[in-house]
Amino acid sequence: MLLETRAYGTVEIEETQLLEFPEGLLGFEEYHKFALIDAHKKPFFWLQSTQDVKIAFVLIKPSTFHDSYEPGITLEELAPIGAESVSDCLIFAIVTILEAGPMTANLQGPLFISKSTRKGMQCISPKDEYRTKHDILEEMAARSE
Amino acid sequence: MLILSRKKDEKVMIGDSIELWVVDIRGDSVKLGINAPREVKVFRGEIADEIEAANQAALASRLDLPFPDLQDTPNTPSK
Repeated sequence: MLLETRAYGTVEIEETQLLEFPEGLLGFEEYHKFALIDAHKKPFFWLQSTQDVKIAFVLIKPSTFHDSYEPGITLEELAPIGAESVSDCLIFAIVTILEAGPMTANLQGPLFISKSTRKGMQCISPKDEYRTKHDILEEMAARSE
Repeated sequence: MLILSRKKDEKVMIGDSIELWVVDIRGDSVKLGINAPREVKVFRGEIADEIEAANQAALASRLDLPFPDLQDTPNTPSK
């Protein structure tokens, strides 16, 4: 099917790229339908609303820049998306890239997407070590030292 | 809103399954202990606001992802 995207205009996507967020995202509770799209630049992805072209988030897998990310989310918390296990889920962080300032990722409010149900939700990590603005390039640089 | 006075080591019950303990009081800071079922999300009140603000900020991200292909350049150049 064809989907209008904020980043790339109209693109062809597969049915398997469509995701449901039953509860939306924090502050965006009215948006339930999204498509997960590979960004033209690795290692990013786009989470594009299929309801409103303007609603689109850049995502990254935390493992790309952060060692052993364990946000402490329990299977019980994942009930809204019907996940079979925590490992059934893909975990993404939302990225913010502004004109000025560092590129940051939100590890405090990760997205969990069940591979078996293709439903997703935004979780809240109870761990103080995770914040809404982790400097991606800085953490990658520190890791490679 | 129900307002209760509690001393150190006293607790409040919320329903049958949630216990809130006053663990310590120092100056204007109160340390709370919480026992709740695993499906109940417990987090500091300002965190949901912070995540919502972060989501809003992320929407304004530039479209061109103006960064090197990170997987090909593990030694990231300086900003």
